[in-house]
Amino acid sequence: MRRHAVLWSFAALAALMLVPFGVVALNAVKTPAEYATDGPLSLPDGVSVTGIVDFWERVDFGEKLFNSFVISGSVAVLAVVVSVLNAYALGIGRVRGRLWILVVFLIANTLPQEALVYPLYFLTNKVGLYDTKTAVVVIFTVIQAAFGTYLLTSTLGGFPRELLEAARVDGANKWQTLVRVVVPVSRPTLGVLFVFFFIWTWNEFFLPLVLLISNDNQTVPVALGVLQGQRMMDATMTSASALLGVIPAIAFFLIFQRALTRGITAGAVK
Amino acid sequence: MSVPTAIRGRGSYLWFLLPGALLLTAVVLVPFLMNVGISFTEWSGVGEPEWIGLDNYRRLVEDGTFWASFRHNVGLVVAMAVLPTAIGLVIAAGLFDYVGKRFGPRRASVLRACFYLPQVLPIAVAGIVWTWILAPQDGALNEVLRAVGLRSLAHNWLGDPDLALWTVMGVMLWIQVGYPVVIFMSGMQRVDPSLHEAAELDGASWWGRFWHVTLPQIRPEVFVVLLTCTIAALKVFAPIYVLTRGGPGGATTVPSYYSFQNFFEKTRVGYGAAIATVLTVLILVLTAVFLRVQNRGER
Repeated sequence: MRRHAVLWSFAALAALMLVPFGVVALNAVKTPAEYATDGPLSLPDGVSVTGIVDFWERVDFGEKLFNSFVISGSVAVLAVVVSVLNAYALGIGRVRGRLWILVVFLIANTLPQEALVYPLYFLTNKVGLYDTKTAVVVIFTVIQAAFGTYLLTSTLGGFPRELLEAARVDGANKWQTLVRVVVPVSRPTLGVLFVFFFIWTWNEFFLPLVLLISNDNQTVPVALGVLQGQRMMDATMTSASALLGVIPAIAFFLIFQRALTRGITAGAVK
Repeated sequence: MSVPTAIRGRGSYLWFLLPGALLLTAVVLVPFLMNVGISFTEWSGVGEPEWIGLDNYRRLVEDGTFWASFRHNVGLVVAMAVLPTAIGLVIAAGLFDYVGKRFGPRRASVLRACFYLPQVLPIAVAGIVWTWILAPQDGALNEVLRAVGLRSLAHNWLGDPDLALWTVMGVMLWIQVGYPVVIFMSGMQRVDPSLHEAAELDGASWWGRFWHVTLPQIRPEVFVVLLTCTIAALKVFAPIYVLTRGGPGGATTVPSYYSFQNFFEKTRVGYGAAIATVLTVLILVLTAVFLRVQNRGER
């Protein structure tokens, strides 16, 4: 019996972690009137999508999803490319001073965004990129690639030398070696990086909040966060908005679960 | 394909570093140096910044809000680094060693996913979920307390200055705890099972094995988690913005939010830059310690 007690206590703890998700889902499908009379804990009488539809239309949620996809997708692709180029030079090319260059990339990754935000705000204004998705894409490409460079350099540092040697003997130049040998062989790691960059960028809040002020450009977290701050939603609409914010995250989690758990461990101990 | 001749043949690998280096310079290095420069000026964001030397830093030393914001940060380090590491160790060991071995790894990984789920949420969204649950009038938490007859325990969780920081800490713990669980469980897979068997033959209890076998083996993971989480706690912005806006009455202001306020609400850009610079120095020192110890571990 005792062994089951341990299992059940872990299961109860895990269930407790999920309660907030459940409560949100429960109330997102209630009508405001139902919520007012029965409170947040009663089961809904039926599934009402009014709150969700109202919220969706009010913030043009489709547009916010689109913005988030465009920004996160572009960043993920570009940051993987930049990371590969950097790591090729540092991990395989072993250029001089690579240790120090690597330290610079690592520092760039750990810098708090607060220390960059005002100059970035100022500079994007100067070059006419303020309040554009382009600016956010470029900035996060650099920030994510800084981490990617750090991680990938150590991975490529252990790249089988025989393969490089074979490519050289076959007459491949450095560029061809990169494209035809290094990239295909490292594809699994690059896949993990892609997933991470995508989700991290999707979840970013601070810089997008400052740099994307117009409604048309906002990402999902920024739109939700700003609306929450204005305290203009009723309880069912708030839970509807939370549900709409949660759904993509859970979808990514389920789709990418493998890569995620493999990746965080790789990133942590390298 | 038109490839620069230098890349062909025996040219330098430096060419491959060029795009990354240029981007890094434009987006990180130059803005960072500008921020340090701005911190020595008084500037509202328009017109010419006025050089005032170290005045902003002198003001910081005497600014009660600044010190309070760092004290709040210490609370967040406890909630986001110390407690998740401690709790994460127990959960990970329980799931890996006990549930995984007696009830199958499948159940262990399902439970692990439950703990990890809050980690994949955008923090802003997690903040919305919790503001709504913690709402004083009709929030779910207070409703539960009233329903089970604990009316006196119902509070204005985020609106009471004495409670707000504790509430934020609780939310951050919920968000954070899954990360160490996942990292520690994968570290435990590395531990040689024969060590456990040997300890068991010697009559070591479960707790004894955890303390003397598992923990020393996953020390690198513990260390990484403590450091990355501490740095994350120092940078916290989104949860504060969404949950409390630093309030009530500055009870939950943190340095990052305080600098944001100075930049964009009070338009005291130089002062905001000084706060951000201090925060940066603190984080860089921690990172340096991290690299040092990690390198020593590898040798």
